[in-house]
Amino acid sequence: MIALTGMGRIERAWQVLGTVLDPEVPVLSVCDLGIVREVREGAHALQIVLTPTYSGCPATELIEQQVREALEGAGLGPVQVCLQRAPAWTSDWISAEGRQKLRDYGIAPPQPVSGDGAVAVRWASRRGPSPACPRCGSTETTVLSGFGATACKSLHRCLACREPFEHFKAL
Amino acid sequence: MSASIRVSTCADVRYVLRLGDACLVLAQRLSEWCGHAPILEEDIALANLALDLLGQARALLTHAGQLEARATGGEALTEDQLAFLREERDYFNPTLLELPRGDFAFTVLRNACVAAWMRLLWERLVGSCDPALAGIAGKALKESSYHLEHAADWVVRLGCGTEESQRRMANALRELWPYTAELFEDDAVDEAAAARGLGPRASELREPWLAQMRSLLAQAHLPMPAESPFRSFGRQGRHSEHMGYLLADLQFLQRAYPGGVW
Repeated sequence: MIALTGMGRIERAWQVLGTVLDPEVPVLSVCDLGIVREVREGAHALQIVLTPTYSGCPATELIEQQVREALEGAGLGPVQVCLQRAPAWTSDWISAEGRQKLRDYGIAPPQPVSGDGAVAVRWASRRGPSPACPRCGSTETTVLSGFGATACKSLHRCLACREPFEHFKAL
Repeated sequence: MSASIRVSTCADVRYVLRLGDACLVLAQRLSEWCGHAPILEEDIALANLALDLLGQARALLTHAGQLEARATGGEALTEDQLAFLREERDYFNPTLLELPRGDFAFTVLRNACVAAWMRLLWERLVGSCDPALAGIAGKALKESSYHLEHAADWVVRLGCGTEESQRRMANALRELWPYTAELFEDDAVDEAAAARGLGPRASELREPWLAQMRSLLAQAHLPMPAESPFRSFGRQGRHSEHMGYLLADLQFLQRAYPGGVW
């Protein structure tokens, strides 16, 4: 194999990263999810800058490992993965393609986060619009639980087709 | 990895450990509900909140270990060493966080009090002169916002609920309120942090926190408690009788099987 350098290596790395899937929502690649912030040539290694979704996301370390293995497997090593916390990840970074993949998988994609990313805190009378059903498209849906099987999801039910569904929360 | 470690008295390290230990100890208390919450949805919610707090604790303890290395010139202590190998006196969480989980009313009321406090703190720490701490705060701020919404929903629901749920909420408020005073007591660590731009003094958050509590308790039809002369001293490392039991649970594996990994 001919060793790639410079832009070629970086472009190839982005292609490979597009095949590394989020272990908890295995239809989204790490690029769809928006957690790969930068790919650059370091002094001794190809540097991949990742921003974790949630502070306690248990998949973070597995993703790091899979990113390293995929790139090294494609002959693009050595690879160094750097975690960057600021700016904090937001669900707005999920790509349009990623949103469609979520919908096709049966998970309602997140709504846009308001303005500057500031989260208004309200209680009791908060209930905003529930997301559209990913199966039948109805907007007549209701929240079953604000928390779901993973940190990034909540649980809803469609009042039209009566099916329960998951929603990737806006953050 | 078995003998107890000591931490220095460096003010920056202490400031970050106080917050990291608060996250760690509340995560431990909330995870005690796993499999025991009154309904499945709430079981999942409490486990999710605990997971966020644990993630925040990991980032903060890792950072405290690095600050410690910078201060002493030694090797950085890891998050695991700091979580599992300190003696009780070297944990600096406010006592409120270590109190037993109590009933569901006590748990949700404490979560609301703590989330409101942490949210105010994260808001300020986003502007910290320490970029690593500011980065941790930027993420945690978003998380504490939905922690507060979830807990406050329950406080209102139970406070305005049945005679029994009102009685439970009133008891919980009476029990935990005296321990909230400690969250806002300044000492030399706060002064050093404020002077350097690391973060706010504890007392700077008192008024905004009280205003939020007043609003929440009014909506929940609960009377705002009077100020109490009682003081706790967990932030100084002087803990309640409950802390030893909590640490025994938390530390058992690393103490019994030093260096054990998954």
